[in-house]
Amino acid sequence: MLPITRIALAALFFAFLPHAHAAKEREVSIGLQAAVSSIDPHYHNLSPNNSMLLHIYEGLTKRDANQKVVPGLATSWKAIDDLTWEIKLRKNVKFHDGSPFTADDVVFTLKRVPNVPNSPSSFATFTRPIVDVKVVDPHTLIFKTATPHVLLPSDLASVYIISKLNGEKAETSDYNSGKAAIGTGPYKLVEYIPNQRIVLKANYGYWGGEEPWDKVTFKVLSNSAARVAALLSGDVQMIESVPTADIAKLSKDPKLSLTDKVSNRVIYVHLNQSTEKAPPFVTAKDGKPLEKNPFRDARVRKALSMAINRDAIADRVMEKKGVPAAQLLPDIFYGTSRKLKVAKFDPEGAKKLLAEAGYPNGFALTIHGPNNRYINDDKIAQAIAQYYTRIGIDTKVETMLATAYFPRATKLEFGYMVLGWGTESGEQGSALRSLLATHDPAKGMGMNNRGRYSNPELDKALNDALVTMDDKKREGLIQHAAEVAMNDTGLIPIHYEVSTWASAKGFRYIPRTDQYTLASELKPIK
Amino acid sequence: MLAYAIRRFGQSLLVLVLMSFLVFLGVFAIGDPVELLINPEADAVERARATAALGLDKPILQQYGTFLSNAASGDLGRSFVFNVPAINLILDKLPATIELALAAMVIAITLGIPLGLIAGLKPHSFVGRAIMAGSIVGFSLPTFWVGLVLIMLFSVQLGWLPSNGRGETVLLFGIPVSFLTWDGLVHLAMPALNLALFKLSLLIRLTRASTREAVLQDYVKFARAKGLGPGRVIGVHVLKNILIPIVTVIGLELGSVIAFAIVTESIFAWPGTGKLLIDSINLLDRPVVVAYLMVIVTLFIAINFVVDVAYSLLDPRVRLGSSANAH
Repeated sequence: MLPITRIALAALFFAFLPHAHAAKEREVSIGLQAAVSSIDPHYHNLSPNNSMLLHIYEGLTKRDANQKVVPGLATSWKAIDDLTWEIKLRKNVKFHDGSPFTADDVVFTLKRVPNVPNSPSSFATFTRPIVDVKVVDPHTLIFKTATPHVLLPSDLASVYIISKLNGEKAETSDYNSGKAAIGTGPYKLVEYIPNQRIVLKANYGYWGGEEPWDKVTFKVLSNSAARVAALLSGDVQMIESVPTADIAKLSKDPKLSLTDKVSNRVIYVHLNQSTEKAPPFVTAKDGKPLEKNPFRDARVRKALSMAINRDAIADRVMEKKGVPAAQLLPDIFYGTSRKLKVAKFDPEGAKKLLAEAGYPNGFALTIHGPNNRYINDDKIAQAIAQYYTRIGIDTKVETMLATAYFPRATKLEFGYMVLGWGTESGEQGSALRSLLATHDPAKGMGMNNRGRYSNPELDKALNDALVTMDDKKREGLIQHAAEVAMNDTGLIPIHYEVSTWASAKGFRYIPRTDQYTLASELKPIK
Repeated sequence: MLAYAIRRFGQSLLVLVLMSFLVFLGVFAIGDPVELLINPEADAVERARATAALGLDKPILQQYGTFLSNAASGDLGRSFVFNVPAINLILDKLPATIELALAAMVIAITLGIPLGLIAGLKPHSFVGRAIMAGSIVGFSLPTFWVGLVLIMLFSVQLGWLPSNGRGETVLLFGIPVSFLTWDGLVHLAMPALNLALFKLSLLIRLTRASTREAVLQDYVKFARAKGLGPGRVIGVHVLKNILIPIVTVIGLELGSVIAFAIVTESIFAWPGTGKLLIDSINLLDRPVVVAYLMVIVTLFIAINFVVDVAYSLLDPRVRLGSSANAH
């Protein structure tokens, strides 16, 4: 056969494939770990919601699988000066009801975001820097900010655009019932039952092209064992957050395939440095109070970091689903420094440093942490305690439900706190600002700095980064801030969580660093 | 009888108010819901706004006062998480829980009483011993483990039954029920059996003990001596007399099976109130937790009332006693 006819035949064959494919409804069920509390895109800023809402709505920008900002409903954006941004909107985009998407919808959305009644965590954080919006033409907008706001394109990815036509009188309940849940996204809402299931069907007019599924059912299966059982029995075709204890067994199952990716969540330790005297739960070995706060001594902090064997924790406690951490985000992210290396496990060196700092016989402390919030959180605390006992620090462990733990940790009732942080913006500057900048609620700096670490050099670099429009220069400033903080052991990074998805054979999931589970990224394979 | 009923109603109201106060204080003591609801990256302005929006900026007693006065008009507050009236959230999920609980009780009763009778009448036979051994297993295995084993066996290995969810429902008197459709029934079977297991063992043991006691009584011997057939002796004389403690236990256990279906609901992802409660506690969704406990307390009171009535129908002496000296 001539090659040309072979190609022609092949082309003919493939031309018919999609039809054979479309004959059967392409359906898929996915098991989720956490409930989605609302379909109102501006009601509750929480990652399970944001992940689900991405199917129905879109922002002006989007984040790709590595959280890099890419065009969404806007095709381009540029800063005209430090306070002015020009945004070009995508043309020929239609909402689910067929009405066209224009600049008016953006203006309407920005107005609604800060005014959603009873919102327990609003999206206003992302829109507040924008003080004025001008419509130039239906597909061009000018945003004004009060101060230079370099994170605007990144923030806009979190603001989901709704239609003015349907949103005028809509309340949160209208979104949940589906009446007002009209976006431009790849799927339309069919049914939302809180805490139970969400059903979507494909939006065939989607500007981004054809989706792999006609119908998607998300089931909320918060119990890990139930989630795994649902996958094994074929009730769902994919689950998120595979429990680490089951990973070894599941990956040997020929009917399943697992996929994983390092996430934007770091597990770390805050050392309470708020007081001159020793913080709560830190004493001398005989239980007497300590004269000074040992955590204010950089040598003690460094010793506590060196005493932890991160490789062993990642390998055994996390069953290889952890990556030892040197800073607040893995290397692939913006603002991370290649110069920072994971602290070497060195118990002898740690002992020496402690002696130098005036604690040759160590002291006593209690590790506090949650036991239902992060992957294996209570086991991590236990492992750290063993390493500390080895260097002569009497260590106790007390873990509790996240509900009880976080409010007390915020009130600084603990000395040594195991915590976790996911950086949704995907750039290290925001993590440093929240966890290590000097605590100053009025300026929004150090909001989650439960260690009360403070370093003027770090603060200055971060403040400069906030107003530096040049991306390269800004990255340099953030990297510098990270190096300052990590070399001074402002906090102790332990590891980055690796998130795992498991799917039935015949499906492949393209994993994401933000731990979102998106139906669009689940592809059927032959 | 009427005075007794009215007095009991008053007592019940007092219990309700006391419960609400304790729960309110309890959830308040755990901590600040805003801490858990808000996105960690939120700034101080946003925190203050959320605190005010949820009414958490006021002193606890004032919050409780607002709750009480609203509750008097039937409003138990709005869920912090879902922004809908808490009571709606619970009433939406309650039919699923009650259906599961009733199905479990039906399994426990229809199997437990006959098996217990057999074990009590023939305590030394092989069958009697086997039933007792089985009931020990039902007692001692933890519910979540049995649930997982059931799923592994019937869903994963055999593929007969679905592993989670509630299945198709139809409306019966305006309430969605799933036991009238095939899809609903297959979804119901495993969780109901899982929940029933403990109660089943309890009923077997209780029935057996009562039966063994009853067959030695004079009235049974007399009935036999009169020449009544074994069917009538067991069905009328033994069964009717041992039913009183059993009905009491069934009533109390029905309440607890509704309130504590939590484990089964979370393993089988059964969309009931138990799962809702756990999730609400985890997020400190105070209005839902308080409203849930109100509903459960009301349910317990109602069930106890029904049990008392059933009791008095079985044994007229109880009816006389209760009006003479109310306990």
